[in-house]
Amino acid sequence: MDWFWEFPHLDDDYLRMLRMVIDDSFRSFTRAYGDAIQQVFEPLRYLLLYAEWVLLNSPWPVVAMVVAALAWLASRRWPIVLGTVLTLLLIGYFDMWEDTMRTVAMILVCTLLSLVVGIPIGIIMAGSNRVQSVVNPILDVMQTMPSFVYLIPVVMLLGIGRVPGLIAVVVYAIPPIIRLTNLGIRLVDKEVLEAADAYGSSRWQKLRNVQLPLAMPTIMAGINQTIMMALAMVVIASMIGVQGLGQPVLRAINNQYFTMGMFNGLAIVGIAIIFDRISQAFGKRIQKHQEHTHE
Amino acid sequence: MNDASTSYGIEIKGLSKIFGPNPERVVPLLQQGMSKTEILNKHQHVLGLNNINISMPAGCIQVIMGLSGSGKSTLIRHINRLIDPSVGEVLVAGVDVVKMSQTELREFRRHKTAMVFQKFGLLPHRNVLENTVFGLELQGVPRARQLEAANHWLDRVGLKGFEDRYPNQLSGGMQQRVGLARALANDAPILLMDEAFSALDPLIRVDMQTILLDLQKEIKKTIVFITHDLDEALRLGDRIAILRDGEVVQQGTGQEIVLNPADDYIMEFVRHVNRGKVLQVKTVMEPLGDPASHADGVEMAGGTLLEQAVSNLLAANKTTLIVTGDQGKPVGTVSLNQLIGAMVSP
Repeated sequence: MDWFWEFPHLDDDYLRMLRMVIDDSFRSFTRAYGDAIQQVFEPLRYLLLYAEWVLLNSPWPVVAMVVAALAWLASRRWPIVLGTVLTLLLIGYFDMWEDTMRTVAMILVCTLLSLVVGIPIGIIMAGSNRVQSVVNPILDVMQTMPSFVYLIPVVMLLGIGRVPGLIAVVVYAIPPIIRLTNLGIRLVDKEVLEAADAYGSSRWQKLRNVQLPLAMPTIMAGINQTIMMALAMVVIASMIGVQGLGQPVLRAINNQYFTMGMFNGLAIVGIAIIFDRISQAFGKRIQKHQEHTHE
Repeated sequence: MNDASTSYGIEIKGLSKIFGPNPERVVPLLQQGMSKTEILNKHQHVLGLNNINISMPAGCIQVIMGLSGSGKSTLIRHINRLIDPSVGEVLVAGVDVVKMSQTELREFRRHKTAMVFQKFGLLPHRNVLENTVFGLELQGVPRARQLEAANHWLDRVGLKGFEDRYPNQLSGGMQQRVGLARALANDAPILLMDEAFSALDPLIRVDMQTILLDLQKEIKKTIVFITHDLDEALRLGDRIAILRDGEVVQQGTGQEIVLNPADDYIMEFVRHVNRGKVLQVKTVMEPLGDPASHADGVEMAGGTLLEQAVSNLLAANKTTLIVTGDQGKPVGTVSLNQLIGAMVSP
C-alpha cells in the first residue's frame, strides 16, 4: 500500500540523470552556438545603446521639451503636458535623471520590439483559428512562468547584460499586444468587412483599410498594457545587469535603504503614469470619429 | 459605360445553396429530389436556396422579395459571390461568376458590381468623402478623378456640404445616401441593393426610392433590389421575383403579380396593396373595337395608374378613357366603371 500514501515518483537516480543530461546538452549547445546567437542579437544591443546614448547626451531641457511636445501632439491637452513636465523636473531634482533616461531608453526599445513582433503575430492569429489555438497557450506560459526561470537559459546563452534583460522584458510584455491585436481584429464589424469584400478588396487592402483602423482602439489598449508590463519588469531586469532605475531599487532592497527605494520606486511610477496618460490620450484622440454627435 | 447597360444582364441558373458541415455530400441527394425537411432532419443540412432560375435583363430593376428567412439576402450574395453556391450558375454578361478565380473575382467586384447594404457598411473612421471614393480607390483610379466622381454623386444624392462629416454624425437616411453615392461613384454596370432602404423611416424610405428611380432614368444600370416590402417592390421593380423558403414562387412584372397571384401565399400579400396606385390602365383595358364609338373619351398613356386615370376622368367629366400606345395612337378603352372595379381587391 506504499503507493497509496506516497506518490509513486521517478527513481531518484533516474531523475538526477535526466537533469544532468538536459543540463549538459544545453551547456554544450551554449558553448557551440552561444556566440552565433549573440551575433543575432547584436543589432538589438546597438539599438539599445544608441537610444541610451541619445537620451543621456542630450541636455536635460531639450529632453524635457521633446517629451512635452510629444505629450502635446498625442493628447492636445495642457494638464497632461504640465503633469509630464512637472514629473520630469521632480525626477531630475532628486538626482535620478540618468537612471530614468536609461530606463526610458530600455522601455522604448522593448515596446518597439514588442510591437514589431507582436502586431504581426496578432494579425496572423486573427486570421486563423488554428494559429490562435497554438499561440494562446504559449502566451499563457509566457505570462505565468516566473521570469527567473526563463532568465536562466537566456543568461547561460547571452551572459549578463542589456540584451538578456531586453529579452526577459519583451517575453513578459509582448502577450497583451498579441492578444489585443487578435481580439480587436476579430471584433471588427462583419458588415463593414463584407462591404470591403464586395468592392473587391485584396487581403492586404482589407487589413489596411478596415481591419487595422477599426481594431485600433483595442490595439492601442494593448500598446498601453505592453508599456506598463515592460515597466513592471524594470527591477527584475536590473538583476541581470540592466542599468536604470531598477538597480538602485535592488540595492535598496539588499541594504534596507528605505528612502532610496521609495524615491526610485516613485520615479518608476512617475514615468509609468506619463507613458500611460500619453498613450491613452493618443488612443482616444485618433478615435474621435467614434463620438456620437448625431441625435 | 453606356454600352454596359445594354449587355450586363444576369442569368441565375439552377442555383442551390446548402448550409452545413458537408454540403457536397448532400447535393446529390437534393438532385435526386429529396425535400428540404428531409435534408434537415436526416442529414442536418439547411437548404438555403433551391433551384433558383431568374433571368434579369440589363438596365432594369429586378426586385427580389421575400420575408425574413426566405433566402433573399443569400441569393443576392451569390451574384458577386460573397457566398459560393453549392450547385448552379450565375452568368453575368455570359460569364459564369462561380467559375472565376480569386483574381478574376476581385476584378469583377471592383469594376462590374457595386453593393449597398442594409446597415450601410460604411467605414466609420473615414469621412463621407473618403467613404465615397472607397470603390474607386480599390479600382486604382487617379485621386483627381476619384474626387470628381465622389463630389458629383454626393451632390446628386443631396449630400453637398457634408463631405467632412463622419458616418456616425449622420442620420440613417443620410448614411444610406453615402452608401448609394459610394456605389454609384464606382460606375459599375450592376448595382446590388440588399434591403438598402429597410432600416430607414417610412417617409425617408419613400424619399430614397424616388431618388433611386430618378437616377435610374439616366444611369440605366442593372439593379438587383432586395426587399421584404411589397409596396417597395411594386414601386421600384420592373420585374419582381418572390422567394419563399428558398424557392421562387412567382416572378413577373408587378402588374402580373397583383392581377394573377400564383398562390394563396402571394394572394395574402397582394390583398393589402393599394391597386389604384399600382395597376396601369393598359393592363385593364379592352382592345380597341370600333374607334368611332369611343370618340367621346379622354386620351391617356398606357402607363397611367388607375387612381390618376379616375381623377382625370372625373375632372374632365367623362366616363370613357382611351388608352394610347407608344406613338400616341389609341390602342384600347376602359370605362370609368371598369376602372373602379379594378381598384377593388377581389
